[in-house]
Amino acid sequence: MASSTVETLQSVIQPYKHGFVTEIENERAPKGLNEDTVRFISAKKGEPEWLLEWRLKAFRYWRDRMLPEGDPTWARVSYPKIDFQDAYYYSAPKTKAAPKSLDEVDPELLKTYEKLGIPLKEQERLQGIAVDAVFDSVSVATTYKAKLGEMGIVFCSFSEAVKSHPELVRRYLGSVVPYSDNFYATLNSAVFSDGSFVYIPPGVRCPMELSTYFRINAAETGQFERTLIVADKGSYVSYLEGCTAPMRDENQLHAAVVELVALDDATIKYSTVQNWYPGDENGKGGIYNFVTKRGACRGANSKISWTQVETGSAITWKYPSCILQGDNSVGEFYSVAVTNNRQQADTGTKMIHMGKNTRSTIVSKGISAGHGQQTYRGLVRVSPKAEGARNHTQCDSLLIGDKCGAHTVPYVEVKNRSAKVEHEATTSKISDDQLFYCRQRGLSAEDSVSMIVNGFCREVLKELPMEFAVEAQKLLGISLEGSVG
Amino acid sequence: MLEIKNLHVEVDGKEILHGIDLSLAAGEVHAVMGPNGSGKSTLAYVLAGRDGYAVTKGEILFQGKDLAAMSPEERAREGVFLGFQYPVEIPGVSGLSFLKAAVNEVRKHRGIKELDAMEFLKFVRAKLKMLEMGDDLLKRPINVGFSGGEKKRVEVLQMAVLEPRLAIMDETDSGLDIDALKIVSSGINALRGLDRSMLVITHYQRLLGYVVPDKVHILSGGRIVRSGGKELALELEEKGYAVLGADAA
Ligand SMILES: Nc1ncnc2c1ncn2[C@@H]1O[C@H](COP(=O)(O)OP(=O)(O)OP(=O)(O)O)[C@@H](O)[C@H]1O
Ligand SMILES: [Mg+2]
Repeated sequence: MASSTVETLQSVIQPYKHGFVTEIENERAPKGLNEDTVRFISAKKGEPEWLLEWRLKAFRYWRDRMLPEGDPTWARVSYPKIDFQDAYYYSAPKTKAAPKSLDEVDPELLKTYEKLGIPLKEQERLQGIAVDAVFDSVSVATTYKAKLGEMGIVFCSFSEAVKSHPELVRRYLGSVVPYSDNFYATLNSAVFSDGSFVYIPPGVRCPMELSTYFRINAAETGQFERTLIVADKGSYVSYLEGCTAPMRDENQLHAAVVELVALDDATIKYSTVQNWYPGDENGKGGIYNFVTKRGACRGANSKISWTQVETGSAITWKYPSCILQGDNSVGEFYSVAVTNNRQQADTGTKMIHMGKNTRSTIVSKGISAGHGQQTYRGLVRVSPKAEGARNHTQCDSLLIGDKCGAHTVPYVEVKNRSAKVEHEATTSKISDDQLFYCRQRGLSAEDSVSMIVNGFCREVLKELPMEFAVEAQKLLGISLEGSVG
Repeated sequence: MLEIKNLHVEVDGKEILHGIDLSLAAGEVHAVMGPNGSGKSTLAYVLAGRDGYAVTKGEILFQGKDLAAMSPEERAREGVFLGFQYPVEIPGVSGLSFLKAAVNEVRKHRGIKELDAMEFLKFVRAKLKMLEMGDDLLKRPINVGFSGGEKKRVEVLQMAVLEPRLAIMDETDSGLDIDALKIVSSGINALRGLDRSMLVITHYQRLLGYVVPDKVHILSGGRIVRSGGKELALELEEKGYAVLGADAA
C-alpha cells in the first residue's frame, strides 16, 4: 500500500463511539467465584430449587473437571491467563422491584439507550422492532410485550420467563448446550444472570423483529447472559442482537450462551451485530467474547439461520452452530468478522448433519487490518444416517496491509457416501488500483475502503434485516477507519 | 483550464515524463497520441493524482490552482475525471451505488444538494438514454465480468454522470465495436461545451473522425515531439510513427 494512502487513512482514526460509562448505582455479588456466589445469584433472582440445582451441578462440573485443565487453548488466540477469582459475577442496576413499564425504568438507563441510538420509549411507539434491553446482564425493559402477548408470543427477560413459564424453560434449558458442554458455557450455566427468552407458539409468524440490546457497563464484572429461543411447529421468528460496552483499560470477560430450538417446519433467523469495545490500537483493554451459540433443528423441515457481523471485542471466540436433526432441515451461517489493530478472532461454525436430506450453507467473510489476526474454524459433519446431506462452504478473506493474518481451518467428517460437501476459499487484498479508482471518482480514502469492504461482505449483509444492514455497513466503515498500514 | 509546464514525472525512481508543456483552454478537445510506452497513461495518472507518480519538476495548474498539491479525491471533486484504460473490478459494489456516492461527493463539494435514490435514478436514466444504454450493467457489481467494450462504455457513462470540467480519456475507444464507437463519440460530443475540456488519449484516427480535436499532440519517449491540428492524426495514420524520425520510441 503506497505510503500517502496509509497517512490519509491514519489521519482519520475515530475513537470507539460507544465508550461512555453510565453513572448508576449497582448491586454486586462479592468478588470471586464459589458455591456461595452461585447461591447468591440464584437467591437474588428468586429462582426455584431445580434451577439452583442445575447451576450448582454446572458449577461443580466446572470447578472439579474443567478448571484443573484450564481454559481451552486450541483456538488461535492468545491472552494472559484469566484469574477467575478476581472478578465480579453479578452486577445489577439497583432498583426496588422489576419495572412493570418503561415509566418505572431508571431514567439514567433510558438515557443510555438513547445515546446508543435505541430510544426505548420511541421504539414502543413506532412500529417495527420489539426490544429487550439488557444492561450489565439484567434485562431493564422489554417493549411491545402486550402486543406480542395477544398472539401467544413470549418475549421477556430470562429471569421473568423462569417465573412465568417455568415448564418451557425447564424443558429446553440446556437441551442444546448442556451444562457440561465447554469451559465457558459451563461457567455461564453456573453464574448466568439474565438474558432473553422467546417462545413462538405453533403456526405463528412473529410480526416484528425481536431484538435484544446488550450493554456492559460495570467494571471488573464478567457478563454471562443466557438466551433461549423456542420456535414451535410451523412458526417463524427473526431475532436481532446488538452489543456495546464502555472503554476500559482492563479486559472484560463476556461468556454468553444462546440456545435455539426449531420444531417441525419452524424457522429461526438470528442476527448479531457485535460491537463490543475492541481495545485501543495497542491492544489495551477490550472485551473477551467467549460465546457458545447453538441451534437445534429438531423438527422436520425446520431451518435455523445465523447471521453475524463481528466488528468489536479484543478477542472473539465464537462458533454459532446448527444441529440438523430433523429430515430436510436447513442450517445457514453468514458471517462477517473484522479484526483491526490488535484484535483477534477465531470464529466459524459447526454444521452437524443427522437427518436425511439436510442442507447447510456457510458463507464466511473475514477482514483483517492492522495487526489483526483471524481464523475461520469450521466443522461439517455428516453422520451415517444423513442420507443425501449437502453442504456448501465459501470462505473469503480480505487483507488490508501486510501485518495482519488470515487462517482457514476447515474440518470435514463425512460418514455417508451420498453426501456432497463443497468448500471454496479465497484470500484477497484491497488493491491500490481499486482504491485509486474510487478516489478518482471523488470518494475519500476511508469511504473507498469502506465501500470496497462492504462490497466484499455483500452476500452476508443482504441477509440482515434492513435496519440492521444499514447500521452494519456504517460499523464496518468505522471499524476499519485508520486501518491501512 | 489546464496549464502543464515543464512537467517531469518519476515512477519508482525512474523518470518517465521529461518536461511536458501543454495548454488546454476551456472548451477545447486535445488528442494525445503516441507509441506504446511513450508515457500517455503516466500523464493521465499524474493529472489524476495517482500515488507513486511523483512530480519532480514543473507544475500543473488547473483553473489556476496547483493540481499537484491536491489529493486524488479533491481533484475529482474539483472536476477532474479520468476514464481508465483498464477499469478495475470492485466485487459486490453495484455501479449504481458507486456512482451515486461519487455524484454526491462532487455535489457536496460544489455546495449543491445531494441526490436521494429516486432523484439519482432519474438523473442516471437520462444519461443512459443519451448513450443508448440500458441500466442492466449498472445493477451489476462495477466492472466485474464486463467485456472490454462494456467497461469502456460504463467509463463514458460515468463521465456523463459526473459532468467534469476536465475529462481525460485514456484509450476509451479501444475495445469498442463500430456501433459503440459511434454512440460513445456522439455522447462525448454532446458533452463538449464551453466549460469543459477534454484530453483524449488514443491510438486511432478512427475516434478522431467522430470527436474532432482542436489539437493533436504526439508523445514519444516521455516528451511531446510534435503538436498540430487534426491533420496530424491523419498524417500519423498514413505514415506511422516513422513520421517522428529518430526520436520515436
Ligand atoms: N512502476 C514503474 N516502474 C518503471 N517503469 C514504469 C513504471 N510504470 C510505468 N513505467 C514505464 O513508463 C513508460 C510509460 O508507460 P505508460 O503506461 O505511460 O505508457 P503508454 O503511453 O500509456 O502506453 P500504452 O500505449 O501501451 O498504453 C513505460 O515504458 C512503462 O514501462
Ligand atoms: Mg496507456
